[in-house]
Amino acid sequence: MSTVSLSESWAIQKRVLGALLMREIITRYGRHNIGFLWLFAEPMLFTLGITALWTISGLHKVSDLPIVAFAVTGYSSVLLWRSMPSRCISAIEPNLPLLYHRNVRLLDVFIARIALEAAGTTISAVGLVLVFRGLELMEFPEDVLLVTAGWIMLGWFGASLALFLGALSANSELVEKFWHPAAYILFPLSGAAFLVDSLPPVAQDAVLLLPMVHGVECLREGFFGSKVVTHFDLGYVAAWNAALTVAGLLMTRGIADKVRPE
Amino acid sequence: MISMKSITKAYATGSGVVKVLDGIDLEIVRGESIGILGRNGAGKSTMVRILGGAEMPDSGTIERRMSVSWPLAFAGGFQGSLTGLDNLRFICRVYGVDAEACLPFVYDFTELGIYLKEPVKTYSSGMRARLAFATSMVVDFDCYLVDEIVAVGDSRFQAKCHEELFVKRADRALIIVSHDPGYIRAHCQRAAVLRDGKLHHFASVDDAFDYYSDYMA
Repeated sequence: MSTVSLSESWAIQKRVLGALLMREIITRYGRHNIGFLWLFAEPMLFTLGITALWTISGLHKVSDLPIVAFAVTGYSSVLLWRSMPSRCISAIEPNLPLLYHRNVRLLDVFIARIALEAAGTTISAVGLVLVFRGLELMEFPEDVLLVTAGWIMLGWFGASLALFLGALSANSELVEKFWHPAAYILFPLSGAAFLVDSLPPVAQDAVLLLPMVHGVECLREGFFGSKVVTHFDLGYVAAWNAALTVAGLLMTRGIADKVRPE
Repeated sequence: MISMKSITKAYATGSGVVKVLDGIDLEIVRGESIGILGRNGAGKSTMVRILGGAEMPDSGTIERRMSVSWPLAFAGGFQGSLTGLDNLRFICRVYGVDAEACLPFVYDFTELGIYLKEPVKTYSSGMRARLAFATSMVVDFDCYLVDEIVAVGDSRFQAKCHEELFVKRADRALIIVSHDPGYIRAHCQRAAVLRDGKLHHFASVDDAFDYYSDYMA
C-alpha cells in the first residue's frame, strides 16, 4: 500500500469529487442552451406541471390547504428521494473507464451523483417557493426549522437508498427493472398527494410504514402547522436511513473489488 | 520502488473460475525498465490493472513507493461522450494538474486540432491513442505503465512517443507489456515472461527472448 497522510488523502478526495462533479454536469447538461441551469430547471418543470395539473383537476376542493403550496411541498419531496436512486442505479456502467484512475473509486462516483441531485432538487424547491411567494400564490412556511428537518431526512433517505440500490445494481440488472415500477407505485403512497390524517386509521398505519411519508408530513407540519394535523416520527426515518447508509456503504465496499474498469 | 508479492487473481467465467494470475512477484525501482512478455490472453492487462491500482488482487500484496501511471496510450480511461479537452480537464483535476497550462503541449503533441473539442467517441483508435499518450505525459509519474504501445499509431506518432518516454523520461521506471519481443528487446533492461499465470524472471533480456521464442514455437 502506498503511504499517504490523512491531509493528502483529503486533498485527493476533494480533487476527485470536484472533477467528478464537473464531469457529471458537462455530460448531463452539456454546454448547449441553458447548460447546467437544467440542474434545477428540470425538477422545476416537473413540479410546475404537477402543480398545474392538481390545480386544474380541482384537488384543492378536497382540502382547505392552498393547493400550490401543497403541490410544491409534495412533488418536490418526491423528486428529492426518487431522483438520487434513479441516478445511482445507472452510475457504474458509464463511469467504468474512469475507474482506471486509482483515486477515482465507485463511492466517489455515487457521492458525486447524489450531491448533484440533492443540490438540483433543493435549489428547485427553494426557487419555486420564492417565485410562488412573489406571485402571492403561497405563503412562506410557518416553521422553517421543521421544514429543513423534514427536507434533510428525506434527502438522507434518498441518498442512502441511492447508495444501497446503486451498489446492488452492480450485482443484478433486476434492480433497474424493478426500481422504475417501484418508484412509480410509491409516488402516490409517499404522502405527496395526501395528508395522513385524511386517511382512515387502518390506512394511516399502513402508509406510516413508509419512511418518506414521515419526512413529507414533517415538511407539511413546518409549512402549515397551525392548519393541519400531521403524523410523523423522525426517529423512525432516521433508523431507516442509518440502516440503509450502513448497508449501502458496506455493499459499495464489497463490490469495489469486483467491478472491473473497462 | 514498487513491489508485488504473491499476487493472485481469478475471474468467474461462464465455464468456471479461471485463475489468470497465480502468484506473481515483481519489483521495480526508479530508472529501471522492465518488459513483460506474454501471448494474447496471458493476463498481461490484468497485471497492468493491478499494478496501476485500477483493480484489486484476490490475494498478495502490492507496495507502491512511487506514483504509477494508468496504462499509457490506453484509451480506456476516457469517457466517450466528453470531448477530448473535457477528458483532459477531468484527468488534470483528478491529479491536481493545471489543465490550461498543458494545452499547448497537448495541441502540439496530438495534432488533433479542432477535434479536441469533439466527443472522444467520434475518434479513431489512432486519435484516441494520441490523446491518451499526451494526457499521460501531462501528469508527472515516477513509473509509467505501457500496454501494447506498438499496436497503435503511425511512425510519426511512434517517434514522438519514443522521444517523450525513452529520451525525456529515461530516469523514470517503465513497465512495458507486449507480445512483441522485438519491442521489449529494444527498450528494456530486463524482461520477464508471463505464462500460465506465473511470471518467469530472467537475468537478461536475451534469455527471456529465447525462452519466449521456444514457447511460441
